Amino acid sequence: MNPAGFSEQVRRAWAVAKKDIRIYYFKGPVLIFGVFMPLFLFLAFLMGSRQLPLSFLISGLVGMTLFFTATAVSPAIFPWEGSVKTLERLASCPITVEAIVFGDMIASLLFGIGITVVTVIIGLALGLSLLHGITLLAAIFLAACCFSAIGMLLAVPPTNVPSNIMMLSSLIKFPLVFISGIFVPLEQMPFWGLVLSVCSPLTYFTDLVRYSFTDTHFFPVWIDIAALAVFTLVFTVGTMYLHKRTMPKRM
Amino acid sequence: MTAVIHASDLTKSFGKSTAVNHISFDVQKGEIFGFLGPNGAGKTTTTRMLTGVIPLDAGTATILGYDIRSEPVLAKQRFGVVPETSNAYTDLSAWQNLMLMGELYGLPRARAEQRSADLLGMVGLLEKKDQKVQAYSKGMKQRLILAMALIHEPELLFLDEPTSGLDVQSTQMILTLLSDLNRQGTTIFLTTHNMEEANRLCHRVGIIRGGKMVAIDAPEKLKTAIDRVHRIEVSFDREVPGDPILGLPGVIGANRTGDKWQITADNRDAAIRSLVTFSQQNGAAIVTLNTLAPSLDDAFLRLTQEAQP
Repeated sequence: MNPAGFSEQVRRAWAVAKKDIRIYYFKGPVLIFGVFMPLFLFLAFLMGSRQLPLSFLISGLVGMTLFFTATAVSPAIFPWEGSVKTLERLASCPITVEAIVFGDMIASLLFGIGITVVTVIIGLALGLSLLHGITLLAAIFLAACCFSAIGMLLAVPPTNVPSNIMMLSSLIKFPLVFISGIFVPLEQMPFWGLVLSVCSPLTYFTDLVRYSFTDTHFFPVWIDIAALAVFTLVFTVGTMYLHKRTMPKRM
Repeated sequence: MTAVIHASDLTKSFGKSTAVNHISFDVQKGEIFGFLGPNGAGKTTTTRMLTGVIPLDAGTATILGYDIRSEPVLAKQRFGVVPETSNAYTDLSAWQNLMLMGELYGLPRARAEQRSADLLGMVGLLEKKDQKVQAYSKGMKQRLILAMALIHEPELLFLDEPTSGLDVQSTQMILTLLSDLNRQGTTIFLTTHNMEEANRLCHRVGIIRGGKMVAIDAPEKLKTAIDRVHRIEVSFDREVPGDPILGLPGVIGANRTGDKWQITADNRDAAIRSLVTFSQQNGAAIVTLNTLAPSLDDAFLRLTQEAQP
């Protein structure tokens, strides 16, 4: 066994992920931020935007659910563990910072995928038909990876006060929802809105979900997938690099 | 002797403040090395650098042959850490904490289960293994932390104030365990405030003050090295005159306190021999004779005060 080898570090990342799921993913605030928040936003728009078809709104709900659930806890894990010194415990164990971050991402993406699948089932129960199931599954997986990386990226500032990070997280997450074609179709957006939406990975995921349910899309499917893949790669590499630099400042 | 820890010119600054200032020392295999110093001296910072928790600003640290900067995972795989603050996951049970540690150290599941059961039995927590750690007392948490640090049978154990604030029972249990571990070959790096603990356990101690190492030696050598003047307490079965005692070889002072004489001597051996001769010559039997060596506390205070800028 080479403790520093790739497969061994992935095994240890899985241990971190299991720990996260046990400790963080069944708590009240997680349910509020990750599940109820997108649901109530959806209901508000459903009642206020009667001219938008249900299929459009459900696609938006799926997009929001994955985005909110995959970023619900991950930003707070590092600050929280820094404040109660369990991060120091992890730092003294034979696991790299990259593997710790990867473990947190795994927990986050599993939680995101689990809750999003429930939302998809609700959509199907409401009468939507799934036209491109494989595309939807691939999109959910890719977007879950991407949003988990965003969640970890939000945790980079080396503060050990979780509420500071959650405030920063909300400050970034909510505007993203409004520029990503969830409530306003990309076709109806002004030029400046489109420019902003291109910068949001949530745009490409929502476009893919819409394609999966309604066969309509704004960008070509391959562009949506390629954009999500690039965002995932950049955010994952970026968050691992930045956490490696900032983690000692939390000790 | 093999150096298990080799620290050379270790340096760490936080802003403009230098917490650890070019310290160097070795810890040999099988040793219990005490790392002493007043608050803010740089003990915890040094331990954190040696365990790879925070990076070094300058210098090198080799742990069990691995450079902690370039091969941190390989080094960490072979040592265990009991940090200053109890840091088990309080939302998990003791068993879950140990199994997590087993996975983080790459132990096969069956081995991790066996070790966990053995260690929980050893620290007296087996019956409460499924209880969440948040319900544990401070002593129980500290014993659990020790068990977590031992899950992978490390060759080297770092402990930062392991008995600080614990009750007598937990303290004794931990100190006995440390002695047993050392007898079985585990090298121990013990950071402590407690002089009695260091005196009782450590083969050598290093004293740090203001980020600089001011002394490294065996506790007994440190005690004697700090005082060139020795104190002897003697009592006789009858009254003896004071002036002749003052003139005895090796004796430089004699004060009567109650039924005893407090003798100060520049040569302890010569003073004791002359006191015995004096008692024979005066027909006075010696009732008690004690050499009052300086304590490790004295050595610590003297060395840390001398080093004060």
